[in-house]
Amino acid sequence: MRHRSLIILTTVLTTGALTLTACGSRDDNSKGNSDSDSKTTVVIGVDAPLTGSLSALGQGIKNSVDLAARTANKNNEVPGIEFKIEALDDQAVPASGQANATKLVGNKEVLGAVGPLNSGVAQSMQGVFEKADLTQVSPANTNPSLSQGDNWGKGDSKRVFKTYFRTCATDVVQGKFAAQYLYNKAKKKQVFVVDDKQTYGAGLAAIFSAEFKRLGGKVVGTDHVTVKETDFSSTADKVKSSGADSVYYGGQYPEGGLLSDQIKKTGAKIPTMGGDGIYDPAFISASGEANDGDFATSVGYPVEALPTAKQFIKDYNAAGYKDPFAAYGGYSYDAGWAIIQAVKAVVADNDGKLPADARAQVTEAMAKVSFDGVTGKVSFDEFGDTTNKQLTVYQVQKGAWKDVESATFED
Amino acid sequence: MNELPQQLANGLALGALYGLIAIGYTMVYGIVQLINFAHGEIFMIGGFGALTTYLVLPSGTSLMVVIPLMIIGGALASVAVATAAERFAYRPLRGAPRLAPLITAIGLSIVLQQLVWGFYPEAKKPRSFPEFQGESFKILDNLYLQRADAFILVLAPLCMLALGLFVAKSRSGRAMQATAQDPDTAKLMGINTDRIIVMAFAIGAAFAAVASVAYGLDKGQINFEMGFILGLKAFTAAVLGGIGNIYGAMVGGIVLGLAEALSIAYIEEIPGMQQLGGGAWANVWAFVLLIVVLLVRPQGLLGERVADRA
Repeated sequence: MRHRSLIILTTVLTTGALTLTACGSRDDNSKGNSDSDSKTTVVIGVDAPLTGSLSALGQGIKNSVDLAARTANKNNEVPGIEFKIEALDDQAVPASGQANATKLVGNKEVLGAVGPLNSGVAQSMQGVFEKADLTQVSPANTNPSLSQGDNWGKGDSKRVFKTYFRTCATDVVQGKFAAQYLYNKAKKKQVFVVDDKQTYGAGLAAIFSAEFKRLGGKVVGTDHVTVKETDFSSTADKVKSSGADSVYYGGQYPEGGLLSDQIKKTGAKIPTMGGDGIYDPAFISASGEANDGDFATSVGYPVEALPTAKQFIKDYNAAGYKDPFAAYGGYSYDAGWAIIQAVKAVVADNDGKLPADARAQVTEAMAKVSFDGVTGKVSFDEFGDTTNKQLTVYQVQKGAWKDVESATFED
Repeated sequence: MNELPQQLANGLALGALYGLIAIGYTMVYGIVQLINFAHGEIFMIGGFGALTTYLVLPSGTSLMVVIPLMIIGGALASVAVATAAERFAYRPLRGAPRLAPLITAIGLSIVLQQLVWGFYPEAKKPRSFPEFQGESFKILDNLYLQRADAFILVLAPLCMLALGLFVAKSRSGRAMQATAQDPDTAKLMGINTDRIIVMAFAIGAAFAAVASVAYGLDKGQINFEMGFILGLKAFTAAVLGGIGNIYGAMVGGIVLGLAEALSIAYIEEIPGMQQLGGGAWANVWAFVLLIVVLLVRPQGLLGERVADRA
């Protein structure tokens, strides 16, 4: 009897406490608004893998958008508006991305979102944002079907989501550019293609293979690896016995670094080439000098080379973030800044105040955004893709990525 | 076909790694009937312990000296965490229904992973680990044995031999057998079962540390998530070989490793099975093998049919 009443009491108290905390947070939101005095708060949502194996990239994305918000606040970029970010972790899992999208949509102060990192996660977020007319700018998604529909490969591009934009070039550009470089400049004729079966990796590898074959090269073999696995010695031996003179890997740096290392360990001294997914120092730290000669393509010109980027790098280092801005820092800053510029245009059109249907107007203003950003000129075409089709090929030299060729891609 | 020796060598090395980690699962299960899901993370912590030892030692020390020290450093870390886990997470739940320690183990696994991710310097990306310098050994025309593979293929049998002798011949080893057979009677015979249980955790953790040093030397890097998939596979290996049987753990590991390596290489060469081969399907075939073995022999390859204890 004593135990039962104790259990009932505890249950009631716990339920009561939980209900109170739920009420509490809602109250905090409205209190926050009134505390801000004359400034209205606009929240920029950020969705990226903040934990897990890709967290290095995700943290860089979050910090860069945060820097953009802080810079806008410091310079009073949009008078009367104070920018904040709300960063959510998707761990590169599509279901988490969708849950985060729903959460951002539910927060009335969110007028735009930056992210996600992974093309596969974006697929589950686009519908949610479209229904709420909430702008989404990705700094890193490269799969073409996200902006051009599923039939882009057959030449029938159609924009499905008018709220989806991105500041990085798509794999159509990247894969073809890589194939052209590998065949024409690096003079490799027999490639072994490996991918990680994910949306980004498989898509990129397919575009690369098609272009490589079109140029006259030969794909001597294909294989897949599983994400989060670490032992690719059997695949590496298959690569060696196929007689390929190069390897193309569609996927991210955790598996790419290990694969490249294990291929070289079998004795096949052939370079591995990949996309922006492997363009990260962690790809090299797997094996130091042994990775020399590997290639990667990445969207945009090298961040360090652009004059606009120098200010970004200075500000980023001064802000004292724990993690570096990584491969997508510049794109994330530009994505955040694009949202800020769209809000600025809407506020200017509306007598210095936010209109009631702010989200829809921000989406419309986004399509017309144009400025000189960290990564070059930022503006969007009729599909929401960036007009900045600059690409760079990097090569590992003496244990670090060095740019070897930059070009603007002509279709 | 001419790469068969090479793929066999790959499979054996991989299998030896699984086997060493599987020892931890099987020893703990044999004595307390608990599947220690946090064992994968014990393996990972052993690796980080070894890395810390390496970073503390002056650079330029020869690998011959560094590797034993790394194994000791890694073992200290993993044994400390394993015995702490036993003392504070599992021992209080000795009398609880079976599900409670299982869930605790899963939770502990997540906690350990995130602790390393959050607090070990620069653990958010893979951290590089020292590697063997030098060419692979040429054994045959079509068989090159990499140094790291040779390392584990020599070390694993030595460890198994040492463990086998310990369990069969030494007093503590026989006490372990007794506790595994019947804990209550073992207590009656004057065996301190609590100490034996701690010993089981410690030995499993030490083997995991050896495995993680071998893994780090092979891959050249360690990361905070490496325990998850390897732990899962090693647990599968332990079950495949007969959970509770230490030789079964190694046999199961080798069978699993060979199954993976050979399925990557050869399934797609069987006519009609082209789509079902390659790296994407390696895990599928390995687990199909597990299912088939368990259907035919539910106690695992080397397990004994024992009636459930009352």
